[in-house]
Amino acid sequence: MKYLVLLIGDGEEQPWPSLTEAEQGALMQKFGEFDAECQAREGVEILGGEALGGPSDATVMRTRGGEVTLTEGPYAEALEGLGGFYLVESPDLDTLVDCLRKLPRYDMQIAPVLDMS
Amino acid sequence: MTPGGPGPHPVLAQVVREDWGRLLGLLIRRHGRPDLAEDALAEALASAAEQWPRDGIPDNPQGWLTQVASRRLLDAIRREATAAGKAHLLAVPEEAPPRHTHGPGGTEDDRLPLLFMATHPALAPEVRPALALRFVLGVPTADIAALFLVPTTTMAARLTRAKQRLRAIGAGFRVPEEPDLGARVDDVARAIYLAFTAGYAPREGEAVVHVEATGEAVRLAHLTRALLPNTVVLQALCALLTLQHARRDARTDEQGGLVRLADQDRSLWRRDEIDAGLVLLQGLSPTKGYAEELRLQALVGAFHDSAATSAETDWAAIARTYARLERLTGSPIVRLNRAVAVAEVSGPMAGLRLLQAAADQLPGHHRIHVVRAGLLRREGDTEGARAAYDQALKTCPDGPERRHLLSRLGELPPA
Repeated sequence: MKYLVLLIGDGEEQPWPSLTEAEQGALMQKFGEFDAECQAREGVEILGGEALGGPSDATVMRTRGGEVTLTEGPYAEALEGLGGFYLVESPDLDTLVDCLRKLPRYDMQIAPVLDMS
Repeated sequence: MTPGGPGPHPVLAQVVREDWGRLLGLLIRRHGRPDLAEDALAEALASAAEQWPRDGIPDNPQGWLTQVASRRLLDAIRREATAAGKAHLLAVPEEAPPRHTHGPGGTEDDRLPLLFMATHPALAPEVRPALALRFVLGVPTADIAALFLVPTTTMAARLTRAKQRLRAIGAGFRVPEEPDLGARVDDVARAIYLAFTAGYAPREGEAVVHVEATGEAVRLAHLTRALLPNTVVLQALCALLTLQHARRDARTDEQGGLVRLADQDRSLWRRDEIDAGLVLLQGLSPTKGYAEELRLQALVGAFHDSAATSAETDWAAIARTYARLERLTGSPIVRLNRAVAVAEVSGPMAGLRLLQAAADQLPGHHRIHVVRAGLLRREGDTEGARAAYDQALKTCPDGPERRHLLSRLGELPPA
């Protein structure tokens, strides 16, 4: 199955800008550990993943009555903290969660990708 | 039962009782689809009920059922694909290879991953006990519904939603790994304990059925312990359930009314089960977390079970055990129980003082008033007891417990 993992809140981690350089390095290392964990497991593959610009750089696009409007900022408060995402192939949710334990202790939303083929 | 007669075939009934979980586990391991596997197995059992009396029992009944159920499951997957217009994409081999290999030897009992799937943390805690009984033991949905005091259609809908969610999220069919394993085993123990305590909720009518379903929770606890030996939390669970369940025959009178522990006919308690529970308990050392909660509760059960008469109960030891349990859990219900025990040791006033703190945390809970009424009555405060019973009756639902309260109220001397 494919899963979209949204890194959606700092959770038990301190906000990135408030970290010292050493702390930032330690945090980055966890992303590397997550990579390694995924590689080590059969059937798990990171298909994509990026860090995202902050909420002030986000644009919301809406279509109402056929008219497209663009507004500044995130779609909803809940998405303000959205800092990055992964698209991961995994045999099941449990295996994915085992891998995600390696990441910093962020709050995440895990959504299964529907098979539309 | 005569062959071909109505009702389940005796061999079939035995296979369902002994092998339901293994058969269902095998199907899900092979094909995934926790949402469809049970229906496929049920269809295979229906075919068996029709064919076995006519054609004779197959040499390998379990193999026969697995094969038929597998075919039914693949049919269902095909129908689904056709309905979605995706039949051309479907490449399901007749005998799909196992989706996962297991630990050393690959001989893991399929009921174990099935149990972890049924109690998956991505499911609501309330549905996990029901799904565990259904998946692992094949307890009929109607019996599970009766156990949890909801209509069968409600329980059926709950189970269906849970199975669909397992499918949608891609829940794993496997035994969890460290460091997750401990927490997941605790979840399993919690689910089984919830199933057990549901059976002890005061209820009307067909009490016998409920005791049977409660017995299934005990059976599930012992099965789980056998599948995961040397697990402290499961040993504590089995000790607790065994020690409590041993009193089942004395809990209700002939009219289905509640009989308080103090009034129970102790000759009806199952001595052999109590002895077995004590052996389990004695094998445990003080520990921590949920295992310790269960161990301390089992210890309380053991103090009750070991008293030849109600008057000989070691209330001081019970009060000490509840004090430890309260420190561990901070639960107001534990404090309530501790208040009862302390009242037995140090008198009703000492109990009442402890009770006040629990009352602040549990406003409107009728048991607070029930306990207060009992203590005030022993203190000789008839009017206070009457007022407390009246308070309790305001929130106590209809049923045996309410009737019991009304009769206690009626026993008070007139004002």
